[in-house]
Amino acid sequence: MNVLFYVSGAIAVIAGLMVITQANAMRALINLIVLLLAIASVFYTLGAPFVAVLQIVIYAGAIMVLFIFTIMMLNLSEAAERRERGWLASVMWSLPLVLAAILLAQFTYTLASTGAPSTAEIGPQAVGASLFRDYAIGVELASLLLLAALVGAFHYGWVASRLERGDE
Amino acid sequence: MNSVNVNYAIILAAVLFATGLVGVMVRRNLVFILMSLEIMLSAAAVALVAVASKWHQPDGQVVVIFILVTAAAEVAVGLSLVLRIYHEWKSVDVDEVSTMEG
Repeated sequence: MNVLFYVSGAIAVIAGLMVITQANAMRALINLIVLLLAIASVFYTLGAPFVAVLQIVIYAGAIMVLFIFTIMMLNLSEAAERRERGWLASVMWSLPLVLAAILLAQFTYTLASTGAPSTAEIGPQAVGASLFRDYAIGVELASLLLLAALVGAFHYGWVASRLERGDE
Repeated sequence: MNSVNVNYAIILAAVLFATGLVGVMVRRNLVFILMSLEIMLSAAAVALVAVASKWHQPDGQVVVIFILVTAAAEVAVGLSLVLRIYHEWKSVDVDEVSTMEG
């Protein structure tokens, strides 16, 4: 567990540094996905398997897709990219691949080693019970927040598409 | 048995948060600023999971779930704003849109 934590933490820090030093948005995004996967691994070693899975499904799965679509729609100009590249040193493309491979090796190692489940683990059952009993009002507020975000994002997108068509 | 030292997890969270903070302050591209915000939110989540495992209470993980919800809402609104700004200014540089007014 300890070694897994240190390796995942190191990967997370390296990937984080790569995110903020990349000139190309897509490469930074791939490093960000590696960072989120490494953080999910850190969650697992800290005894939070449920949050680790949520991190992968929601963050690396859903939120990153939003980023990818936005970057594709923006289609950032070459000039802006060249300027950003001038400010920051360019870095290798293969690094996220290596980091992700290390994470995959960790994952297979964890699956292969069928040790006794750690007693320090807080499973989904305890989290769910706490979430829907003690924090039920928080769940309601979260659903309200998501609805507001949905309406807000839809409104901005709608106005943008209307402006593009030219009818004010 | 959980052998990970919680102090190291907190240090990791601090390093990640500092990374995200530097990213927000240094980068001028709105998409990169949003990505750095994601790093900072994840760092906060790491700290919460660490203390949840130290006191062996599920509350920390519950708050992490709320952080996930907040991040999803923030990214949805933030990225649609980025698209809107790009339509108006043909740029997502925060210095160029600093003259934004009504």
